[in-house]
Amino acid sequence: MALTNETIKDRLQAKFGDQLYGFEEPYGLLTFEAPKDLNLKVMQFLYDDEELRFQFLTDLCAVHYPDKAGRELAVVYHLHNLVDNVRIRFKVFTPVAQPDVFTATQLYSSANWMERETFDFYGVNFVGHPNLKRILNVDEMEYFPMRKEFPLEDQTRIDKDDAMFGRGPGGLKA
Amino acid sequence: MSRPVRFNIHPIKADIKDNISLANMPEGYTGEGFFATKLSSVVGLARKNSLWPMPFATSCCGIEFMATMASHYDLARFGAERLAFSPRQCDLLMVMGTIAKKMGPIVKQAYLQMAEPRWVMAVGACASSGGIFDTYSVLQGIDQVVPVDVYVPGCPPRPEAILDGFMRIQDLVGAEELRRRNSDQYKELLQSYGIQ
Amino acid sequence: MSVEQHIKLPEGSIEKTTTTLNLGPTHPATHGVFQNILELDGERIVSAEQTVGYIHRAFEKLAERRPLYQITTLTDRLNYCSSPINNMGWHLTCEKLLGVKTPKRVDYLRIIIMELSRISDHLICNSVVGVDSGAFTGFLYVMQYRELIYEIYEEVCGSRLTTNMGRIGGFERNFNNTAFEKIEKFLAEYPGVLKEFENMFTRNRIFMERTIGAGPISAERALNYGFTGPNLRAAGVDYDVRVHSPYSSYEDFEFDIPVGQTGDCYDRFLVRNQEMWQSLRIIKDAYRKVQEFKGAEAEVFHADAPAYYLPEKKDVYTKMEALIWHFKIVMGETEIPPGEVYYSVEGGNGELGFYLISDGGRTPYRLHFRRPCFIYYQAYSELTKGAMLSDAVIVMSSLNLIAGEMDA
Repeated sequence: MALTNETIKDRLQAKFGDQLYGFEEPYGLLTFEAPKDLNLKVMQFLYDDEELRFQFLTDLCAVHYPDKAGRELAVVYHLHNLVDNVRIRFKVFTPVAQPDVFTATQLYSSANWMERETFDFYGVNFVGHPNLKRILNVDEMEYFPMRKEFPLEDQTRIDKDDAMFGRGPGGLKA
Repeated sequence: MSRPVRFNIHPIKADIKDNISLANMPEGYTGEGFFATKLSSVVGLARKNSLWPMPFATSCCGIEFMATMASHYDLARFGAERLAFSPRQCDLLMVMGTIAKKMGPIVKQAYLQMAEPRWVMAVGACASSGGIFDTYSVLQGIDQVVPVDVYVPGCPPRPEAILDGFMRIQDLVGAEELRRRNSDQYKELLQSYGIQ
Repeated sequence: MSVEQHIKLPEGSIEKTTTTLNLGPTHPATHGVFQNILELDGERIVSAEQTVGYIHRAFEKLAERRPLYQITTLTDRLNYCSSPINNMGWHLTCEKLLGVKTPKRVDYLRIIIMELSRISDHLICNSVVGVDSGAFTGFLYVMQYRELIYEIYEEVCGSRLTTNMGRIGGFERNFNNTAFEKIEKFLAEYPGVLKEFENMFTRNRIFMERTIGAGPISAERALNYGFTGPNLRAAGVDYDVRVHSPYSSYEDFEFDIPVGQTGDCYDRFLVRNQEMWQSLRIIKDAYRKVQEFKGAEAEVFHADAPAYYLPEKKDVYTKMEALIWHFKIVMGETEIPPGEVYYSVEGGNGELGFYLISDGGRTPYRLHFRRPCFIYYQAYSELTKGAMLSDAVIVMSSLNLIAGEMDA
């Protein structure tokens, strides 16, 4: 019997009940949300369960939603069951004031650098990470560049003529 | 040669005159058994036909450089046979590819380790001016950290363009005065970059 | 590489300290900028620490400011040795988000180009492994055939390396006769060259002694480290995105997935060579299938999606509606449905994934690239534990680390 999204959803709800919510299937990929304290338990369950066997971490990234108060930073995990060829995505939300999420490096070694990258870009503090420091940006950088409030361009440039780029003397416009 | 490696669909017949080129003699006064010219022309002629480049290849332009170095667009015919990977043994620093802010000090370090006379060629849009990456992490042109002699535009520049840039460097090398590196203007240029 | 060749000193005779060696960001031309700080005990590596980010160009932040078509130029520069695969992966992601279905001829043409770029990527990797073990000839020899592949790209899209090839829904122009002639020429001449390249390395004693046993990894550790692509297949796992989640009509083609055993450098080299043979097989098949389309069908080179496919240039210059549509699409004023999609293709290094979240605006809300090089470079310290210094270099080049993809 092939592993369908229904089966996965049933098993997850049987184990965790109401704590997992927001089940949807955008473009065929089962997506759900979990509270941030449970992220390791959910991943461990998905890893160990004989039928689910999601033993490959495809991707780990974060998204910043500045409008959702209390739930600004979302850490998104994409898992893949290579044997039955099924993918699944789950998200944990964390407020930007206290962005602590448990690290997945005990379970998946590939999460090591992916979490460092997420920390570098968004400032998500992964509790228990062996070496949480910046990976892609310069070590001295003080802010987290991918958050929505920070601009793309280098603010220390003096040679750019703002008028030519459609920006007024007040700085960046949209 | 078991198989001719030429894959133009309409090949041209090879001509012996295309295969031999001679370096041009500098201007001078010639007589029976002697030739008088400026010392800087002779030194320049020798230097320009035996430049040792250091490829500082970071990204996509580096792959075009590999294509330039390979046999189709041979760089060795211009005298750049020996690619030095140590800055202490090279004349020309070819910076190819995007230089991020993290990499800037390293370009400067490589430049400082070179001995005079040294030239710098910025290959590609990213090395010349930051290219398409107008972001917080990319250095907007290596001329923010080192003085550059020739900029080769393109993203990535075709190997012919890189060769053209190399020939411009050869022109600069051939025409350089002997005392340029000791002149005040040059010292001032280096001071503006914070290089002693 | 036997242990007995080491001088055996009595225990505790001299104080052992390790040397720190910086295999720094400026590598000899070919590899790209990443740094390894190695702790050496004599010539054995005790530990290795990697630093990346020397070419971080903030692609993900840039992508939040660019409409969909302008992101294609960013994707070129991810794995720049095989840019058409990245471009087409991005266009396939957009097609999934927008619900555009491409006709078969477009799929087959895409497959030809993607397999050609896979060959060009593997050629760079394998010839650079040769250069690092001392054999420069292989590199010069195969670069000639990469030039032919570049000429094919030029006929299709105009550019050699960073191709920006194709549109959402297909290609910008039909393949002309010169492109087909060059593909035929490639199919005729390349097998001989690949055979000679293999003959030079595969049973060469020096090469075998350099690479066998250098940097092995077991299948379980490779899966745990998130390996994909030829590196994972060399470790014994036959996971290939083209077979597991076929895209662009790969299911119509028959090809094998070469798999190794120990996952060391020799296996990776052999797997890449075999994949090139399989790619040739796919290109032959795809070319034959494309030639079977006759008449009006042979003129199809894009999907019928006027909302997302830029109109043809001759219409843009003459007709008003086409001009307006062109302007609207390039400026990102067409309807992009909100949604989130994760799509992956088999790049030269493994599963290249695009995670696109759109909120209905002109530009993506979030675009994340799942870059295989970044993920598997973490395993480098485990791969080189206890290895010799020269193995460190060979392992690095056989992993096919492309700095653009690593730092994005």
